[in-house]
Amino acid sequence: MADQAKFAALAMEHMSSLYSGALRMTRNSADAEDLVQETYLKAYRGFGGFEEGTNLKAWLYRILTNTYINTYRSKQRRPEETDLDEVEDLYLYRRLGGLEAARVGRSAEDELMDLFTEAEVKAAVDELPENFRMVVLLADVEGFSYKEIAAWLEIPIGTVMSRLHRGRKQLERLLYDFAVSNRLTEPVSDAAL
Amino acid sequence: MDDAAPSPLSPPCKDALHELYHLLSGEVDDAKRAQIAEHLDECAPCAEPYDFYAELRRCVQEQCQDIAPPELLARIQAAIDHESNA
Repeated sequence: MADQAKFAALAMEHMSSLYSGALRMTRNSADAEDLVQETYLKAYRGFGGFEEGTNLKAWLYRILTNTYINTYRSKQRRPEETDLDEVEDLYLYRRLGGLEAARVGRSAEDELMDLFTEAEVKAAVDELPENFRMVVLLADVEGFSYKEIAAWLEIPIGTVMSRLHRGRKQLERLLYDFAVSNRLTEPVSDAAL
Repeated sequence: MDDAAPSPLSPPCKDALHELYHLLSGEVDDAKRAQIAEHLDECAPCAEPYDFYAELRRCVQEQCQDIAPPELLARIQAAIDHESNA
């Protein structure tokens, strides 16, 4: 059982991570700040239930996710998501994979980072329909396990995987649109692939 | 076999690409991971998309990091102090 007096010392260092997640969930800074504050207050009150030595960031994220779903989601629910048309496997790789090889004198790690700005990556994630955005955020941005995400969202693990599959493809498609509008690449016709 | 004919993906390639995202997410068990790693060592056409998607994942993670505003930290600290003194 965790001691409430230790809460601030242990939990405050995760605030930027939680704020980042809250921003992707709510997509505006005022709601994100309120959501993080509410999360920390709930966490403080319930800190006795946290088992010391286990993953505190995951514990806080569970509360964040839960609070978002119960408080904010209904408030800003969008018209239901429609899938973009079929996006094939390795969509972005087939279109941009060759671009990296063509760039000289750059380390492999920096290439994609240079291709998409922070604002573009955030805009692409924010553009995802909520069901997809939540799983992409939790799995791919924050690195939580499918099992944790299934428990937090109260959905079967198979649903986590299918939402991830579709969310990742849509994200690739949205990023590709930025690459084309930045003139990094000519639009590729499907017939040419 | 006719060299000019497009070759369908071999079972190990199909398997490796099928597991790509799961492996990058750490959702593949050790035996499977070792099996795929061995395949990637000897198959450049599969290793390339792996590198690409590993890099994409890192890019998305790094570009999605925000810093909590100092006022928020102060606000939360004050709210907690208020509760603990109540």
